[in-house]
Amino acid sequence: MSSTFDTVANIIAETCDIPREKIQPESHAIDDLGIDSLDFLDIAFAIDKAFGIKLPLEQWTQEVNDGKATTEQYFVLKNLCARIDGLVAAKGA
Amino acid sequence: MRIEYFQLIDRIVDLDLGGRTIRVDAQVPQESTIFEGHFPGHPLMPGVLLIEAMAQTSGWLVLAATKFERMAFLAAVKEAKLRSFVIPGQLLSINAKVLHEGSGFAMTKASVTVNGKLTCESELTLRIMPFPDPRLRATMEEMAERIGFPMKALTDG
Repeated sequence: MSSTFDTVANIIAETCDIPREKIQPESHAIDDLGIDSLDFLDIAFAIDKAFGIKLPLEQWTQEVNDGKATTEQYFVLKNLCARIDGLVAAKGA
Repeated sequence: MRIEYFQLIDRIVDLDLGGRTIRVDAQVPQESTIFEGHFPGHPLMPGVLLIEAMAQTSGWLVLAATKFERMAFLAAVKEAKLRSFVIPGQLLSINAKVLHEGSGFAMTKASVTVNGKLTCESELTLRIMPFPDPRLRATMEEMAERIGFPMKALTDG
């Protein structure tokens, strides 16, 4: 978990020019860090590459739009990292 | 090329779906009202239209990869370089390659050559989504037929 978070935090810091110390596990990528959907594509690109996965952004967006999920479930960084770990585990299964 | 209508691609020359690459031809017209203003006495194909041509080339590749189920929209332009002037009458050969296929987006690298010489290049981000309007899809299907998009091979495959 910690190494996933460090990787994701470093990606966000580099991609969006956000001070690394401002990026915490409890940070909400949109509400706290001000990352918009276009910037998040660059982050998703880097995460996909770093972990060898494909973040299901469309599915997540649809679930949020349909009221079946909250943005916190996907975009609070500790939750995002848990989902990345899940996708990595599923890939190796 | 119907430059005033933003229909910049004339013909798909090569489409390698496995390798996620495409090559198209685009003939810059000899005359256009665009050249009257850009620039008087020194007509040039606008750089933004060269970038648009690379985006459209990338878009056709994405349309092929999604079996014409989804439309691509330009979202970001990175590292664009316009290395030399493009003048009326020149034939552009445009290449694009998918660098990454994400969920709802793709990153491509595209370039334009004229007479074998690299003229411009860029990395592009495209948003990919269902066609937002049936009229857009119908127009794209008409254009696909005109430029030799291998619709039947893709939808049958």
